[in-house]
Amino acid sequence: MDFFAQQFFNALQLGSLYALIALGYTMVYGVLLLINFAHGDIFMVGAFLGVFGSITLDLPFVPTLILAMILTGLMGVGIERVAYKPLRQASRLSAVITALGVGLLLENGMLALTGADPRSYPDNIKNLNPPLLGDQIDILGASISAETIVIIVLALLLFGGLYFIVQRTKWGMAMRAISYDKFAVPLMGVSQDQIISMTFLLGTGLAAAGGILWGVAYPILNPYMGMRIGWKAFIAAVVGGIGDIRGAAVGGLMLGFIEIFVPAYGKDIGVSSTWRDPIAFGLLLIILVARPTGLFGVARRQKV
Amino acid sequence: MKKRLVTLFLTLIVIVGALGTMPTLAQDDCDFAGEIYVGVIAPLTGDIPDVGKSTQEAAQMAVDEINAACGLEIDGEAYEVVIIIEDNESKAESSVAVATRLIVEEDVVAIIGPQSSKQAVPTGQVANDRETPMISPWSTNPDTTKDRPWVFRVAFLDPFQGPVVAGFIVEEFGATTAAVLYDIASDYPKGLAENFRDAAEASGVEIVGFESFTTGDADFSSQLTNIIAANPDVIFTPQYYNEVPLIVQQARGLGYEGEIVGSDSWGTGDLYELCGEDCNGLFYSTHYASDIATEVGQTFIGAYEELYGAKPDDVAALTYDAFQLLFTAIEEANSDNKTDVRDALASIELFEGVTGIMSFDEQGDPIKCAVIIQFVDGEKTYYDSACPVGFPPEE
Repeated sequence: MDFFAQQFFNALQLGSLYALIALGYTMVYGVLLLINFAHGDIFMVGAFLGVFGSITLDLPFVPTLILAMILTGLMGVGIERVAYKPLRQASRLSAVITALGVGLLLENGMLALTGADPRSYPDNIKNLNPPLLGDQIDILGASISAETIVIIVLALLLFGGLYFIVQRTKWGMAMRAISYDKFAVPLMGVSQDQIISMTFLLGTGLAAAGGILWGVAYPILNPYMGMRIGWKAFIAAVVGGIGDIRGAAVGGLMLGFIEIFVPAYGKDIGVSSTWRDPIAFGLLLIILVARPTGLFGVARRQKV
Repeated sequence: MKKRLVTLFLTLIVIVGALGTMPTLAQDDCDFAGEIYVGVIAPLTGDIPDVGKSTQEAAQMAVDEINAACGLEIDGEAYEVVIIIEDNESKAESSVAVATRLIVEEDVVAIIGPQSSKQAVPTGQVANDRETPMISPWSTNPDTTKDRPWVFRVAFLDPFQGPVVAGFIVEEFGATTAAVLYDIASDYPKGLAENFRDAAEASGVEIVGFESFTTGDADFSSQLTNIIAANPDVIFTPQYYNEVPLIVQQARGLGYEGEIVGSDSWGTGDLYELCGEDCNGLFYSTHYASDIATEVGQTFIGAYEELYGAKPDDVAALTYDAFQLLFTAIEEANSDNKTDVRDALASIELFEGVTGIMSFDEQGDPIKCAVIIQFVDGEKTYYDSACPVGFPPEE
């Protein structure tokens, strides 16, 4: 077994998951300048909809994933309409507090609905067995499970798809335009509401995909799971440069790599695995001190 | 808001639970002279809610039984036992807060709980400072009762459990190397991991990996890759049911084919259901095995199954034993004065509970046997016993 290759794939898996969730934070911020603190809990709802699809409806992996993405995406659009749209003209602080409230509502709503017991996915989803791959693959001397490959490949595909939509389609152009100037763009005949809904649909859909893939990799789901993972993904988005989707991808991967490689090589220099989080977030802090807008971020001038 | 919702929800559960288990007979025939309040602290929400559920069910059953038999007798008068169940959200600080509330506001005679050492260690300090007897059913970390005359427990200790597991891997697998993966932020796994390491090294097993993570982590791949690179015969992981399935699945996904063994924290919740096929055939050490239970045990298991439709787990059995100990002590003391109850608890010599025969040392810790359990097609099956030298005493 090649130690480095093995850890590299561990990091790629964890980093891809963080990146998928970070994308949602960054998209909403890019368009609305709103930090959607409910995003971690939307991710949790996505993971639980996976339980609904795979156990209650007895669906296989791909339909479960698509169903959860669609339902969560619609929920995201609904949340925006009900909770954020009325506050669009209010101060940014009110919107952020509302987002926190929505998060708590989702968390406790799920607790009331499903109880506090942890859930898991059925065996056919926990142990994916895709055609042509089999159960376990040896790459570069590392033993990689099929789930890891599926997670990394799907994350890449989703990221590529999103990048294509944002950079190459009319919808994407409208999103970038709104992000640039939300007063001028509606004057050009672009519906602000539609574009914002579209942004939420994509962002929360990706969170649902992240939730399901997270559940495949780490199949213990509970209503509180979104909080901690959401924070980490948010930090990844900020370090990458919130508002820039390449930043979210890079920030997520970076956090994954630090979290894996600190315990992997730390003990060679006398640092125990307990130091993982202090070192990970210390490094991220240093990046932010050097580049306060994050790796890909561009400073926005505030007109006074 | 969040807290209030949770509280409302829990109150509902407690009410529904109480309604469902209320005994319909006998209570009217008893002429109760008063009530004795007993506090119960359990993790009803948080990381390990199944532990809370078992605690609550066993406590309710123990109290309903004693009240159906006209409660506890003090000075020839019958007293009804009333339990007040508090949620500690599986957090140390909440546990300390509810313990203080139970003692100061509810004026309880004794506290049963908390279950995990992470909460039992700090809560024991509160009970001891406020001179209220406390019995933790499930905590195995020595610090819970150490130098605290008011704190007792029903579970055996980690310094005993560590050598039991270490001895087992040497005998059963002929292990010469072992690795440990544990949560460094929680008292129970941390203490047991160290006890296991020391005992294993003493019996000639080389510890090739000693890796930690912190509560709430889901990804252990980095630590497991480190461990697997050292190629141990056995991985020991004294974790709870919400972590073990992740650890086992990730270890197998990384290509590890050796043994994975655990401790009594494995015996609770739907560990097997959450883990599935990956956990089949794995071993862990624990307090009791339902398939070799004594007569006392069988009666309890039968009654519990009839009431709740499932076999009692370790937490339920230990909680039930804690209540029996307390009832015995109150009747022995013939008083509900806290000092008298404490003295009576401290002077119990030999007690036969659901989890076996036990006697108590001067720290308030039981001396009892441990069992090794194996998951066989989802059933927790008895495999072996390990007793302290010279125990149980010959009749």
